[in-house]
Parts: sequence; C-alpha cells; structure tokens
Amino acid sequence: MPVLCSSCAEKRAVLKRPKTGHSLCKECFFWAFEEEVHQTIVAAKLFKQGETVGIAASGGKDSTVLAHVMKLLNERYNYGLELMLLSVDEGITGYRDDSLETVKRNQQQYELPLKIVSYEELYGWTMDAIVKQVGLKNNCTFCGVFRRQALDRGAIMLKVDKICTGHNADDVAETVLMNVLRGDIARLRRCTAISTTSEGEGVVPRCKPLKYAYEKEIVLYAYFKKLDYFSTECIYSPNAYRGHARTFLKDLESIRPSSIMDVIHSGENLSVREGVKMPVQGTCNRCGYISSQALCKSCVLLEGLNRGLPKLGIGKHHRLHDKILSQQPLTEKEERKLKSVDF
Amino acid sequence: MCQVDEHYEEGLERAEVPSVSRKCVKCKEAEATVVIRAGDSFCRTCFREYFIHKFRAMLGKNRIIFPGEKVLLAVSGGPSSSSMLRQVQEGLSQNAHKKLRFCPGIIFIDEGGVVGQSVEQRRRTAGELLTVFRAAGFPVHMVPLEQVLDLPSSILASASLASKRTASSYKVAVDRFVRTDGGSSLTPQDQEVMLLPPVNQSQTQALQQLMMSATTLTARQELLNTLRLHLLVHTARSKGYNKVMLGDNGTRAAVKLVSSIALGRGAQLAQDTGFSDSRFGDIILVRPMRDYSAKEISYYNYLFSVPSVFIPALDTKTVDKSSIQHLTEIFITKLQADFPSTVSTVYRTSEKLQTVCRGPSTPEHTTRCLLCVCDLDTATEEASAFQATLTSEQLSVGPSGAARTETQRQDPVGLNQAAPPRQCCPSGGGAEDCGRAASGGGCCSSARLLVGSDLRSLLCYSCQLMVKDLASVESLPHYILSEAQRRQRRSQMRDEISDFLLGDDEG
Repeated sequence: MPVLCSSCAEKRAVLKRPKTGHSLCKECFFWAFEEEVHQTIVAAKLFKQGETVGIAASGGKDSTVLAHVMKLLNERYNYGLELMLLSVDEGITGYRDDSLETVKRNQQQYELPLKIVSYEELYGWTMDAIVKQVGLKNNCTFCGVFRRQALDRGAIMLKVDKICTGHNADDVAETVLMNVLRGDIARLRRCTAISTTSEGEGVVPRCKPLKYAYEKEIVLYAYFKKLDYFSTECIYSPNAYRGHARTFLKDLESIRPSSIMDVIHSGENLSVREGVKMPVQGTCNRCGYISSQALCKSCVLLEGLNRGLPKLGIGKHHRLHDKILSQQPLTEKEERKLKSVDF
Repeated sequence: MCQVDEHYEEGLERAEVPSVSRKCVKCKEAEATVVIRAGDSFCRTCFREYFIHKFRAMLGKNRIIFPGEKVLLAVSGGPSSSSMLRQVQEGLSQNAHKKLRFCPGIIFIDEGGVVGQSVEQRRRTAGELLTVFRAAGFPVHMVPLEQVLDLPSSILASASLASKRTASSYKVAVDRFVRTDGGSSLTPQDQEVMLLPPVNQSQTQALQQLMMSATTLTARQELLNTLRLHLLVHTARSKGYNKVMLGDNGTRAAVKLVSSIALGRGAQLAQDTGFSDSRFGDIILVRPMRDYSAKEISYYNYLFSVPSVFIPALDTKTVDKSSIQHLTEIFITKLQADFPSTVSTVYRTSEKLQTVCRGPSTPEHTTRCLLCVCDLDTATEEASAFQATLTSEQLSVGPSGAARTETQRQDPVGLNQAAPPRQCCPSGGGAEDCGRAASGGGCCSSARLLVGSDLRSLLCYSCQLMVKDLASVESLPHYILSEAQRRQRRSQMRDEISDFLLGDDEG
C-alpha cells in the first residue's frame, strides 16, 4: 500500500523527511522546506525592504539551494530585495574552476548578477601556489581565513548591504561540537548566531537563512528540484579534526534524528560565566580589517607566505606581531621554527 | 600501561626515548612509579600526596562545604566514587595535615533491579560494599532504587535557598568552629547503618516496566539518571544532610558535557557538570572528583588498594550506537587516545559556562522543569532551534493533517505500537501495587487525563525529548504525575484569575 502524504493526505508520499520523520509528497515537501526558510527569515528579521543582498555562491548544494530559495521567496513574499551572487575563486585547479562553471550557469538560470573575486587579485597568491609552499597540512587555515576577508571585499565592491551564506543546520551543529572540543569559548558563543551584527568598517553583516535546514533535506530539495550543482570534495585534504566532529554528529543523527537541532538548541542556550577572559575586537594595524590582535590573521598568514615562513600564521605567535609591524627581521632561531613544514 | 615497573614491557623499554627521566619529577630522588601525563612521572609517595592535596584543594578553593555540615557521599561502588570515599577517610583521619571538618555519611543506591540482576546478585554486591563502608566508619544508607516509586511530590519542588552563604560567612563559620573545638564532635560515635531493606518483587517489576516503557536506550538512561537524582536528594533531605557529594571525575564530566549538548541540555550544562549544583535549593550537589582524570583514579586505586565493585550499567555490553550517551563516551575516549588534551580541554570549557540566568533562584516552581528541576529553556525567542522544530512539525502535517496528528500526539507512540491496554495494575503487579496506587490518590484514573502534550509544557527541551521516547506518560511514577497535575491545575487557576492579578509575582 502506498504511503500517503501526511500533509495533503491526497498524493503519494515520495520521501520521509529526515528532520521530522513525516512522509511527504514532492509538492508538500517543497512547500514545507521553503516555508521554513521563510519563517526563519521573518522570525530573525534577517532582511529589510530594499536591501541589496549578496548570496555567497560556491556552486555546491547549499549555496545553489540558497540562491534558488532566496530568489523564489523574494518573489513570493515581496521581500523587495535585490539579489546578487558573490563567488570567491581560491585558485584550486580541478576543483574551484569547475564549480565556478556551475555558478556561471546558475547566474544565467536565475538571472542574477555575479561577481567573482579571486585570491590571486586580492592577495597575489592562489591556493595552488600556497599549497606548493605550505604543503597539505594546515592549508585549510589559509583558505578559510582568506575566504572570510575575500567575501567582505567582494561585498564592498558590489556595494551589498548583507551577505547570506549557505551554512545549514548540520554545519552549525558541527561547529558547536568543534568549539566545545577545542575549548574555544569565544567562538562557541558566536557560532550559533544566525546573523552577525555590523562589526565595523570593511565588514558586511552576514546571515545564514538555512541555519535550521538539515543537510539531507537540502540534498533532497536539490535532487527533486533537479538543481544544477557541483559536488566534489576539495582536492586539498579535508580538515581532519572537523571530520571527527562530523562523523560524531552523523552518528548522533542516526540514533536520534532531532540531535542536530538539539545540539543547536544547546548552543543557543549556552552562556559564558562572568569573568572569563574574552578576546576584544579591534582592527588590524595594517589593513584595518577586524582583528583581536595587532595584526589580523590574514595579514599574518600573508606575511608568512611572502617571507617564506609559512608557519608564521599557524598556531600562536602573537609576540612576533610587533616585529612584523615594524618590519624588523626575525632572529635566526625564530625563522628556523617557522620554516616550511617537513613531511 | 604506563607504569614503569611492569614486567611485560621489558622488551619495549630499550626503545623508549632516553630523555624520559626515571626519577620522580617532584622529589627528584625516588624512582618514578606512575606517569600521569607525558612528562609527569611521580614516585609512589609524591603521587599520593599530589592526589590527596588535589581533593582538599578542590574543597578549599570552592568553600561550599561548611565546617560541621552533614555531607552525603554518593558511592556507586565504581572506581571514582570509591576513591572519593577514600579521600574523605584520609581527610578525616587523625594525622591528616589539614583535617576536613564535615560529617560524612554514605549512600549506596542499588540499581540492580533496573539492570536485571537477581536478588541474590544484588544481595552479594550490597554485602561486599557494606564491608567497605563499615570499615570507613561513617553512617551508611543502603537504598534500593525501587523506593523512588514512593517518593513524595515535594521532591520536584525546589526549596528556596535557606540563606545566601557567602565567602565571608564561610570564614565566620570556620572561626566559630575552631573556637568551639567542633573537631571533637566529629569523632565517629556509634556507626549508624541502614541495611538494604528487602525489596518487594512487585516493586521491582513496576520499576522495570517503567524503564522498559522508554523505547530508546538514550531515554532509558536519562530516566534512570533523573530517578536516581530524585532518590538521592530525597534521602539527603530526610536524613538531614545539606550536601551530596557525587563521584563524577574529569573524564566523566567531559563525556557528560558533550552528551548533554547532544541531548539539548545546553541551558542546564553548568548545573549538570559544574562543581556545585544548587538546583534543589536546600540540598547542594558537589562534584569534588572533577579534577581527576579516570586514569589518575585507576592508578591511585591500584597503588593504594582502594576496593571497587563492578556493577553493570544500562549500556554495558551494548553496541557503539546504542544510545547517545554511550556513543559520546566512546567518541571522547577514542579522541582522547589520538589527542590527549581532549578531556582536559572539554573539561575546562565546562568551567567557563553558566546557565542563562533568569534570576538565580525563582521561587515560582512552575518555571522549573518537572523532571530535572532546572529552569525551563523553552520560552525562547522566535528565531530559535526550538521554534524552528515546532514550525517544521506543523508544516509537515499541513492544515488537513493537523487534526489527525492531534490525536496521534496525545499518545505519541502508544497507538501505533499496539501496546497492551494499560490497566490500573501491571499484569504481574499484584494487589499491593494497586493499593499503593489507590492510597496515593488514584494514580491511574486521574493520570489518564494527563496527555503527552500537556505534560510537555511542564518540561525543559531535553526532558521533552525523553518523554517523547516513552511509550506512555502514564507509566511515570506517581509522584511525578501528581505533581504535574498540581502544576496544571495551578496554571489553569492562574489563567482564570489572570485579569485580576496586578503583578507578575504571586505566592
């Protein structure tokens, strides 16, 4: 006997929602998924009428679904938003060049303007070149730090008011677990926020409209909508430690499907004891970007690359910041420690 | 494994890094016996001193246990709590350097009925432990978990804090204690021993039935923890203790922290894993073993022959993914093997957390969770995981389905699982069980009115998840159901008179 859709009770159900366990037909699932994102946007007051919003697009499933849903909801509910696609070209041959092709196709399908900023033009380094110097260990640090700033710079070039990213519920829950395991109390507090407040010059507020959408449902949505997306893991090794958190979360989900939301709920309700030292937000003395140190992480990483000391930005070398700022040479002993990693 | 003079490692020793010193890092004289962490090797004497000092430092630093106070030590028989008992013994012994100044008692809760031990097995375990407890010379309370079925509802209402005791009042109390030479009153008099009372077979069955009504092991473990805590606090209250010491070690705390997060208990984390937990108001739970890793404790117990008893738990001999708690424990232990700082990092994170405070101790009971007695965390803002989950559920059933699920929701799992018709007495219950129910105000008949969705409004996020996994809420013990009804009546009453109330606070 075919299972009937639990929502309309007329059509045959084609899927079981990973989030709630209900059996739904295609149309009701689309409706529920889109409506949930809409509820999230409305409840968290993510956008204002007339704003220009940049959608961070990588060509992957999350950002493709995000772009699709944002365009659809903007029309359905008259958000009055001007949407744009914003992509970062990290310069990874065989990975990003292919996924950017997907973004370019999306641009035509959704008729949205697209801006691509590349690491090469911003920093003078492609990821390929960085990996050649740093090796496969820690290269994700460079990529992640640079991307954060690249998105902001691209957003400023495009003159958008906000950026929305495709982070889904699984990503947020995973980050909560990661920050607990690493003891990063400052990030633990921030990571569940659905949007960042405008943090100062050069930083564009960001939000995650898909924060409460399960990764599996995003895939289901993309699959049934036959959306065009790119799915390949980055060719430069995946982050090992995050992998542990990811596997753990998937295991949790298999025991109790609501676990992902439960972890986010926990994260949202954590609060930090008074008197615990927190990093203070300042600005980078060199580029003016937000930073809790004298130099922002991307300036340190870049300095390391340009000096041929790639380990400068890996781990904590705050003591050296003054030296870098005043252009002093490092001692031989310091240099030796920061030279390329052996493997 | 890391013990230096283990004979089977002879062959390997040559391959070891020569820089590892064989001398104790503390006294630099004696041969090292244990390596606690990389680089920290201690000789036997120094390890003992270090271990004992840590316990006293933990109590000294936190200043929560006042001199002369009655403190109940919750001893399960496992390594950690047995070690805690030894530490208290050491601290109270005549030749202790800085004598502890409280009056301890021991409680052992016999959970054998839940893990399916026979009466004979339970008797033997209790006997073994009793020998250890008698040797300690403190008052002993042996309580079977079955007694939780007869608890009064008052256990769920958190008593308001008697008086806010501050650091300065601690000093005053210590001074007074020293002046009056309270130390003499601490010398053990006649040891009061409350033996394990014989357990009625029907009680055990009722308890087992309650545990089995939890359809998942995750919920079953949560339920057991909740019931055990209620019984602990109740015993402490009725025997006049102010503090309960729990044997949770650092490794345990780290596992508990991560599993609490996975169970949606983020708001209650600080209370669940912190050094002190004042959710019950007059009874404060203390976790003095938090600073020790499980490894340190096993070394100490081994070197100084602290006896411990193995009692199987609900998740003993189950697969990795049998429950969230079990999975977390395995995850953390494995991660700890690869990244040895995992446990200490997570443990330190727990020290930096506190609960979202809505007033330190609100007198209004209805704002507390019915089961875990923590502040409710369900009154969240509109954009939250809790609201998003509710939205998802509503949207998945649609307008036409709403009516259908309403009936489903009233008996979440019961209907579709073709559960046997719930009668007043469990089939094997016997007359006595029925009598108990009747004398308690007719648990079954009135409990029937209580439907899952109503109960949920009285629970915190995580306890809602647990109750969702129960085959029926009616199987919960009487003291919980009657308190739930009381609260519901109270909130109905408040709704009726809400137009005439002037302030938010009411008596």
